[in-house]
Amino acid sequence: MLDLSDDPEAFRANVSTWIEAHCAESLRAIPQAEREICWGGKGFTFASQAQHDWMKAAAETGMSAPRWPVEYGGAGLSRAQEKIYREELARLNAPTPLESFGLWMLGPALLQFGTHEQKLHYLPQITRGEIRWCQGYSEPGAGSDLASVQTRAEDMGDHWLVNGSKIWTSYADKADWIFALVRTDREAPKHRGISFMLIDMEAEGVTTRPIRLISGASPFCETFFENVVVPKEDPVGLSRIVGELNRGWDVAKHLLTHEREMIGGGAQGLLGSRSLGAFLADLDPEVLEDPVLKTRAMALEIDSLATAMTLERYKDMAKQGGVGHASAMLKYAGTELNKRRYELLMSVTGSDGLEWDGPHGTLAQEWLRTKANSIEGGTSEVMLDILAKRVLDLPSQ
Amino acid sequence: MTLSLVPSEDETMLRDAARSFLAEASPVSSLRRNRDRGIPYDTELWSQMAQLGWTGVLLPEEAGGSDMGHRAAGILAEEMGEVLAASPFLSTAVIAATALRQAGSDRLSQIAEGAVTYALAIDEKAKFSPRASALQAVRQGNSYRLSGRKCFVADGSSAKRLLVLARTSGRAGEAEGLTLFDIDAARAGVTPQRSNTVDSRDHATLIFEDVEATGADILGDIDNGMAAIHTALNAGQASMAAELLGLTSGAFSMTAGYLRERKQFGRTIGSFQALQHRAAHLWAQIEITASAVANAGRVLDESPDEADLAVSVAKAHATQTAQLAVREGVQMHGGIGMTDEFDMGFYMKRARVGAEWLGDYGYHAARVAAARGI
Ligand SMILES: Cc1cc2nc3c(=O)[nH]c(=O)nc-3n(C[C@H](O)[C@H](O)[C@H](O)COP(=O)(O)OP(=O)(O)OC[C@H]3O[C@@H](n4cnc5c(N)ncnc54)[C@H](O)[C@@H]3O)c2cc1C
Repeated sequence: MLDLSDDPEAFRANVSTWIEAHCAESLRAIPQAEREICWGGKGFTFASQAQHDWMKAAAETGMSAPRWPVEYGGAGLSRAQEKIYREELARLNAPTPLESFGLWMLGPALLQFGTHEQKLHYLPQITRGEIRWCQGYSEPGAGSDLASVQTRAEDMGDHWLVNGSKIWTSYADKADWIFALVRTDREAPKHRGISFMLIDMEAEGVTTRPIRLISGASPFCETFFENVVVPKEDPVGLSRIVGELNRGWDVAKHLLTHEREMIGGGAQGLLGSRSLGAFLADLDPEVLEDPVLKTRAMALEIDSLATAMTLERYKDMAKQGGVGHASAMLKYAGTELNKRRYELLMSVTGSDGLEWDGPHGTLAQEWLRTKANSIEGGTSEVMLDILAKRVLDLPSQ
Repeated sequence: MTLSLVPSEDETMLRDAARSFLAEASPVSSLRRNRDRGIPYDTELWSQMAQLGWTGVLLPEEAGGSDMGHRAAGILAEEMGEVLAASPFLSTAVIAATALRQAGSDRLSQIAEGAVTYALAIDEKAKFSPRASALQAVRQGNSYRLSGRKCFVADGSSAKRLLVLARTSGRAGEAEGLTLFDIDAARAGVTPQRSNTVDSRDHATLIFEDVEATGADILGDIDNGMAAIHTALNAGQASMAAELLGLTSGAFSMTAGYLRERKQFGRTIGSFQALQHRAAHLWAQIEITASAVANAGRVLDESPDEADLAVSVAKAHATQTAQLAVREGVQMHGGIGMTDEFDMGFYMKRARVGAEWLGDYGYHAARVAAARGI
């Protein structure tokens, strides 16, 4: 059992023993870049028994959601303890036991806006990897201008009747449930008529159609709702609306902030914790003899290191009371940097990098995938708009 | 790293105090006045800085300092940059204080009191390269004779004392064989020629003709001057990065203010998205520079022997952001930005000098590359 003793060094020792006991060596031997992510969910096919066991062990102790309260399936760790846990995972080259939109997005939104009963019901399903969620925000006519969503939920007395379609829904074809922005009041101003609704993907009338990306993968879908019945009170007596009716925009915005910090911060990709220099030397030591490539690599490294310090500084600031709209800066800077990083890697690998499955593995796919970083979760232009209006207070007229 | 990247309460108090003092005592208009009179800096301002304890920020309490550390020194430099306050702070209270403290010199209290100012004589060519020093220090009996030329010496015509990196053995280009001397600027054979640089500050070329120095003038070990000056240079570079950060934010607040106020086509120009996005991008760069600068100070305080990477990231990033801020600053002000009457030009000119001093972008990028195996 995992002993969450308060003393940091004792905690470090405990947590590393626990990782070593439950995360099989076979999982830890896999390089970060080649790891298959454990997403969980009803239909998930585990890459190995070891991956399954590691998720189970984490689910039992709440370590799949280290910071969430114990009563909601988390481990109740402090920020400092979570940091130690992440450091030990990295040191032991252990993958995170579970990743999901539930952990990243819905959970934080529920913790902030859900009722106690909603949290008790939905959060442990997420931490145990039982239910996989997807995010139903964007629509064909509502991208950057997200508040113009048209998918509507009509009040039919004891239930909602949902009609409309979503687009770019990542993993909708693999997800069990969707958290969606739906219009519940068509008369109200656009930000005031939206609700944040939880919908079962198995419900009658929900269909998905995968969309193929430029990288060849099809991780996202169109999602259609045709006369989908969503009970106002479900069999367990819970409301399917998170937060207040018609106030879903507040929930959506809160969640987007989380998403942006994550997209901006998580972007290290293939490099993992290695320095760019070490990475390039492994690829081809001679490549840096090209002065133009070398100059690009140097500039990128300066910007990467300075940006990493910014992530750290913003984390420190968040501890002291939040960074507000300035988080849009992390999203903007982090994603633009990641795109540059992959452009450089493509230049460095030359013709070897051009094959879908060549000497550099999935590099080409990853390169193409990074192009979405500055689109998903709000485009770079939208981030700059937020900074200009909300942080710099520039006028709109 | 145990220190947070967010300033402590003491540091915030120091910043607030520095900001209100400098707004009063050294607004940009005083730089203009000094320039018009040909004065490199206000000696009165310098003695006030000393009274406030700024000259002792990196010195131990026994010597009359406050020992607040490099991050605090950076905060002061940043605030000076914001209003372009000119003083020998970097040369004296940062570089000389660090080098003299490391060498165990007995002049520390003179620096803390503000009784002495220093200049670092290191460059000999148009680009910063300490190891390229060729100025000879030839041994004669118990003394040395210094002959040669140093250029781009900040505070070089006004400083009372000089730190001179001279060659006691080996050849220009070699890191070994250099020795760091601490001599009186009035010593026979030293001739300063003030250069008329774009930032209107005191930069000078110093001619050394058979200048006498003794073993007592040496800081650190003979032939090992690079070790004696290494941390002091890092400290100076980090503080210069901080000054550039302050300068950037000073220029940026003028620009952002203008965007909110100037009207064309019946609208405020700050409502044009083309300008909004450029301003927001610039602001993002300033935030990133601020992080790199805070980190450089932190590393110098916590593990000064491993500071090269953090310092060079800060100086390189600050240089780029400052250049962007002043270019955008002039452009977004239109015609008025080009006039001498308007202050933006002062920011642009100081940014150019700050970009070169103690190593330009390329110098620091090369140090980053060396540290990261690129
Ligand atoms: C890989 C990937 C995964 C995604 N996953 C999900 C998901 O799981 N769930 C979900 O709901 N959505 C998802 N999205 C959708 C994503 O959030 C939207 O694509 C994004 O918000 C942009 O909307 P859009 O595609 O309609 O582009 P548009 O909004 O049409 O933008 C087109 C261009 O116009 C610019 N533009 C728009 N408005 C302005 C303005 N006011 N000023 C200046 N320029 C402007 C944009 O910056 C962009 O360059 C995903 C997208 C991608 C690429």
